[in-house]
Amino acid sequence: MTECSLLGCGQDEDQYYSIQDYEGGIPRWCPGCGDLAVLTAVEKLLEAEQLAPEKTVFVSGIGCSSRFPHYLKTYGFHGLHGRALPVATGVKLRRPDLHVFAVMGDGDCCSIGAAHWIHTTRYNTNIVALLLDNGVYGLTKNQTSPTSPEGYPSNTQPRGAVLRPMNPIATTLGVTNASFVAQTGDWIPDHLYETISAGFRHKGFAFIRILQRCPQYTTPLFDEAVRNPDLVEFMVHPNGIPMNGLEQIYKHQIPHDPSDLDNGRRLAEPDGRFRLGLFYHNDSIPCLEEVRQQPLRTAEEKIELLNAELDRYAV
Amino acid sequence: MTATTPASETEALPDKGAKKRDIEIIRVKDYTTEVVTDSGEGAQKCSQIFASVSAKSGNGVWSVEIIPAEIQPPARTPASASGNRIRIATEAVTNWGDSANLVMAFNEQVLLARHRMDALAEDAVILIEDMWKNHDDPDIRKEWEEAMEEMSHRSYQFVLVPMEEECLKIVENPRKGKNMFALGILAWIYSRDLAKIREIIAELFKRKSKEIYDNNVALLDLGYKWADENLDFKIDIPTIESEVPRVVMNGNQAIGFGAIAAGMELCSMYPITPATSASHHLGDIIEKFGGIVHQAEDEIAAVGVAIGASFAGKVAFTITSGPGLALKTEFIGLAIMTEMPLVVVDVQRGGPATGLPTKVEQGDLLASIFGQPGDAPHVVFAPATMEECFLCMTTARRIAEAFRCVVMVLTDANLATGQQPFPRPDLKSEWMAAPPDLMAVPEGTLPYDWDSQLGLSQRVIPGQPGGMHVVTGLSHDENSKIGYSPEVHERGCQMRARKMAVFQQTLKRPEVHGDDSGDLLVVGWGSTWGAIEEAVDRARDDGLKVSSLQLRFLSPLEPGLKDIFSKFKKVMTVEISYSDDPNDPFITDENRRRGQLSWLLRAQTLVDVDCWTRVPGQPLRPMNILQAIRDHMPNGVKK
Repeated sequence: MTECSLLGCGQDEDQYYSIQDYEGGIPRWCPGCGDLAVLTAVEKLLEAEQLAPEKTVFVSGIGCSSRFPHYLKTYGFHGLHGRALPVATGVKLRRPDLHVFAVMGDGDCCSIGAAHWIHTTRYNTNIVALLLDNGVYGLTKNQTSPTSPEGYPSNTQPRGAVLRPMNPIATTLGVTNASFVAQTGDWIPDHLYETISAGFRHKGFAFIRILQRCPQYTTPLFDEAVRNPDLVEFMVHPNGIPMNGLEQIYKHQIPHDPSDLDNGRRLAEPDGRFRLGLFYHNDSIPCLEEVRQQPLRTAEEKIELLNAELDRYAV
Repeated sequence: MTATTPASETEALPDKGAKKRDIEIIRVKDYTTEVVTDSGEGAQKCSQIFASVSAKSGNGVWSVEIIPAEIQPPARTPASASGNRIRIATEAVTNWGDSANLVMAFNEQVLLARHRMDALAEDAVILIEDMWKNHDDPDIRKEWEEAMEEMSHRSYQFVLVPMEEECLKIVENPRKGKNMFALGILAWIYSRDLAKIREIIAELFKRKSKEIYDNNVALLDLGYKWADENLDFKIDIPTIESEVPRVVMNGNQAIGFGAIAAGMELCSMYPITPATSASHHLGDIIEKFGGIVHQAEDEIAAVGVAIGASFAGKVAFTITSGPGLALKTEFIGLAIMTEMPLVVVDVQRGGPATGLPTKVEQGDLLASIFGQPGDAPHVVFAPATMEECFLCMTTARRIAEAFRCVVMVLTDANLATGQQPFPRPDLKSEWMAAPPDLMAVPEGTLPYDWDSQLGLSQRVIPGQPGGMHVVTGLSHDENSKIGYSPEVHERGCQMRARKMAVFQQTLKRPEVHGDDSGDLLVVGWGSTWGAIEEAVDRARDDGLKVSSLQLRFLSPLEPGLKDIFSKFKKVMTVEISYSDDPNDPFITDENRRRGQLSWLLRAQTLVDVDCWTRVPGQPLRPMNILQAIRDHMPNGVKK
């Protein structure tokens, strides 16, 4: 582990952190924005897991959702559009002792940052990746995103989105080393919390797509599903996301063992209802930072080793 | 030494005492050799070993690769010419020189390529494979004759060598092996120690089988024996005993070692020529030092990962070349905005776009300084030698950390692949990055607690209790809170710029090579240093009042330039970047595109700095610079 080389770590083991200890600036999202629900769930998780705020890092890209780190009192990195995952990978590669979360929007993750999404899935870096998917570019005022429904009129495609939306779950499930792929909705707070919590406890790259309401632009996207539980279907399994009584409200349930990748891929294809739960989970895939971890050396050891290398180049 | 090296030297070496011929010993202080073959015939390996053993024998050496852009271009064509120029001298060598004195050519077409480049001395000795002259294929015989005809106006001295015929005694396919035979011939001509060569071969082939090593050594010995029985001249380049221990390596190896000596544990990169060989070298050894080479999915991710590691307290570097630098631009701007320490190495090649992937140019200077949108102050500097490539990485990391800034190191294909011996660095633990300090800071510690005078602030990293904050690429105040007000944005810009002014104040006034005043001052930067000073020395020997100045720090510029320039009637840059010739059609003083350094110096000093630049995809030759000096003397010079 890296800890031994880090000065001053391991202090204050007894401190208890309350929700307030994790609260940062006052959110400036629109009233009714799904981002607020995600923030609440995350704060609840931080408290439940008692993560030291100084050992927790939220990395984000650019977009409404990427303001996320500003509203927490942890370390945060609000970087470039589409590039949250490389930064998060860099943090985790050299500091595996830190808890790293990446928060992205659908434009961020699935469009401009698509290469990083695919490859970080394959790296299986131990990061919780939250895709806050509202199917639209909100911050820049209503442009079509890769997940906008076909026909959705935006400022860039005023006569309706011309292509079918991409399927982030199916895409992730197609990538080598995908190890945790789940979907939840911002309007079901308990499931949202349990999904993020399961993702946090997963060792590896936890990809969580959060279907998320945008009160400004894509309200119709999930409005009906919010009002009508019949439009939602949960995948259920003892190893899946706990339902905690939600089964009373949501009648449509389908059993799915999250270790069954083939079935997970089948279920990722849309069939009329929003399907929530854990599509795939595999804890046995090594993480990049484990695969690449090398024993750290002191300066003196490095000098000795480097001198031995230089001997080979001696004149 | 590795286990594959034979424990004893059992091969029967030719007995030098038994020779009946008179051997002419040509004693010279400075001699340039080229090995040129079809791509894939192993010229690089042969040359690298020859350069390395020459350095290990105590000579000054500078080698430069001649590389085609493709892995396997059509054989026996001038486009296929692959090889190496090795300049060897009694004293230290700082550049590749003017012309080759001796050439080892595997066919006449690749030789023709060098002839057409005017790379060969008027009386060059040319050892050439003879199989093509009397080849069964009449077309090949015709090509040979035509090539010889084309070169006939020069006084080249040809020595026909039956390479194929000889190598067939040992290997079935001489295409893989001729290079070692050639190395044996060179070893005899230059009286190189075969045991040392075997050591180097063992090191190079340590991952290959014993059989491969044995074949290579047998071919080496065969070449040596052939030369001993058939050649009648030897080249003797006296050596001067070095007072200090030395090492020999190329610039990319030096960058890799330098990064380790600087304590950096992460090189995050994406493959790009000519930067990649540094990562090959690092990838081979860095894990022993607790570090890794992370090959990212693209250039953008490569710099992003480095920035993430740096944010987490472990300063990392990324290494790239022009096209990669272009892709990294946005992230570099983010590192500047967030004051994240970051080292970016740009091994320049010819541009724009894909340009000349394997060839040298100094065309990234302005892009590296001004590439980012907005005002993005950072440090750009350029090593001029292999030794500086090694040492500069510690300097770069220290500046990056002390000033919370981006440091770009500009090398080029000339430094990257050329080998040069230099004093062995005396490694020091204080060169190494300290482990991250995770001590608590007082609650409310500002992430950008700028000193109003200096623009400097203390960095807080994840893991430090009390210091939680969110860095952002948006305009922000000292608490890293987003702010779009005029006060916030102007203050941030001012603080990021101010610290660069403070940094500039720590730089030394550069030293002029030659007199401090005169008719012409030649200004260069980076790898052209050796060629420029050699040309200036020759010009001064001819009585010209010319001096030179080689800049290391390009942004901010080193102090005192305006004063230094004022002592000369004329100032002219010499660069490997494009500029319009003032005599070209449509070119006026108003529209002339100038060399990149001259743009910079004119803007910063208001001195009318002229330029002489070329973009041949090769290092500059001292003789061409000398001619440029003559042509640009303010009072005119008689030839």
